[in-house]
Amino acid sequence: MLDDFFVRALLAGIGVAVVAGPLGCFVVWRRMAYFGDTMAHSALLGVALALLVDIDMTAGVFAIAVAVSAALVLLQRRQALSTDALLGILSHSALALGLVIVAFMTWVRIDLIGYLFGDILAVSRADVAIVWAGAAAVLAILAFIWRPMLAGTVSAEVAEAEGLRPERARAAFMILMALVIALAMKVVGILLITSLLIIPAATARGFSATPERMAVLASALGIAAVTGGLYGSLAFDTPSGPSIVVAALVLFAASLPLGALKRRQPIETR
Amino acid sequence: MTTAMLPKSESLVRLEGIGVRRDGRWLVRGVDLSVSRGEIVTIIGPNGSGKSTTTKVALGVIRPNEGRVTRAPGLKVAYVPQRLAIDWTLPLTVERLMTLSGPLAAGAAAEALTSTGIPHLAGAEVRTLSGGEFQRALLARAIARRPDLLVLDEPVQGVDFAGEIALYDLIAKIRAEHGCGILLVSHDLHVVMAATDTVICLNGHVCCSGTPEAVAGSEDYLRLFGPRGSEALALYRHHHDHVHLADGRVRHADGTVSDDHHAHGPHCDHSPVAGDGSARKAANAG
Repeated sequence: MLDDFFVRALLAGIGVAVVAGPLGCFVVWRRMAYFGDTMAHSALLGVALALLVDIDMTAGVFAIAVAVSAALVLLQRRQALSTDALLGILSHSALALGLVIVAFMTWVRIDLIGYLFGDILAVSRADVAIVWAGAAAVLAILAFIWRPMLAGTVSAEVAEAEGLRPERARAAFMILMALVIALAMKVVGILLITSLLIIPAATARGFSATPERMAVLASALGIAAVTGGLYGSLAFDTPSGPSIVVAALVLFAASLPLGALKRRQPIETR
Repeated sequence: MTTAMLPKSESLVRLEGIGVRRDGRWLVRGVDLSVSRGEIVTIIGPNGSGKSTTTKVALGVIRPNEGRVTRAPGLKVAYVPQRLAIDWTLPLTVERLMTLSGPLAAGAAAEALTSTGIPHLAGAEVRTLSGGEFQRALLARAIARRPDLLVLDEPVQGVDFAGEIALYDLIAKIRAEHGCGILLVSHDLHVVMAATDTVICLNGHVCCSGTPEAVAGSEDYLRLFGPRGSEALALYRHHHDHVHLADGRVRHADGTVSDDHHAHGPHCDHSPVAGDGSARKAANAG
């Protein structure tokens, strides 16, 4: 079964979607979309450096994503520029640096479009194994930090006053984000990773009464988008990443009238 | 429960000479404060006098630049902050809000929601609540934790006047029933709930402190608050013999519930009584 490139891509994509759901919910709740984008853009720098020093690509991307988020935290402490401006600097500098380094390495030929927009032909057996092992680790850690992370999202001060450690949870969350970006790169591509985090979570919002339900629903919607997108990619010979994002967009668009219908019903609160 | 483990007379939290410095400026300095089990301490002071800063030092959220903070070991804290903005993208019912910081004792959530007067809102989404309802939900969440130390930063803002009195009543009742220490930051310079044991008047430092009567009579207090200060501290003083339920019915002190509109008894005073500074005794000590 795993001999089929399509089945491998599907399995890897589903593994990514499962963890992108709950992580994406936090990205939406904490308004970290631009932060996610910055980390994702830095992935190309990770690819370039991995090629340069000849290490595993997933490890290289993960390391650079962690480094970029650490750089952000350090720059934020100086309080000279807004987070928004800092992210803008880091995001595009990392992407540009990656492109420049790749251009210098004339001895390697890399499929840039594949890295930027995903390439289902590139998913190997080892990749599938790495995605699922990584996804299991991310889910386990996320379950562990769920309470301080959620309480810290509502109010970091209340969470800390009441004995939780929201800052530690946030640091762990950054590492999880870096890991998911490293895992998702091959399937959806560097430029579109954030959409896999945000669109399913945004779609799930209208149908969820609790944070936990929204997280589970976002995972399910992500799986649907990956499946639909990859089948579309195979059928119409389109790049896998954009096809998955289009599928997610279709689900989001379809959810809008349903959500409006739900809102029109009287609210039974008083 | 942690409640039983703590010795009775010792302070739950004690600040000694604490100072907090930000950008070369002392926000507060030389502040002493202590809250014991069963004690209600109210902090008052003008805007920017360091009320919230002092509170956050007591909570351990802000680390002071000087001075000492001692907290009883294993202290269980519940905190109602001054402002709390919940992003609308976060789906959160009142019920889910209750267990945000940790699991609760069985029935504690329902009991707390009933005592703050919003049992009918348990299933409501937090973002659909009005300001007053949200404030009650936050208070209910804090109470449901059955804390040793309850810290309330301007707990009655956004609550209408009748609701304000009811909430102050409730705070006094929580103290009486659970014996926890309560640290209260008041939004109003001139009105302090009658059950307060100690008033601390801040203005970057402790301007004066003591019983409400002592503070109201203190020269420092008069100097700080000028002519209106001479009106002195008002104390909430009233009896409640009934509670208005959400569905419009009335529950009386004996537990009976009636449909019809009630007549206010002679002891039912819904307005605050201004103290004249001459050690007027508060009638409802809790």
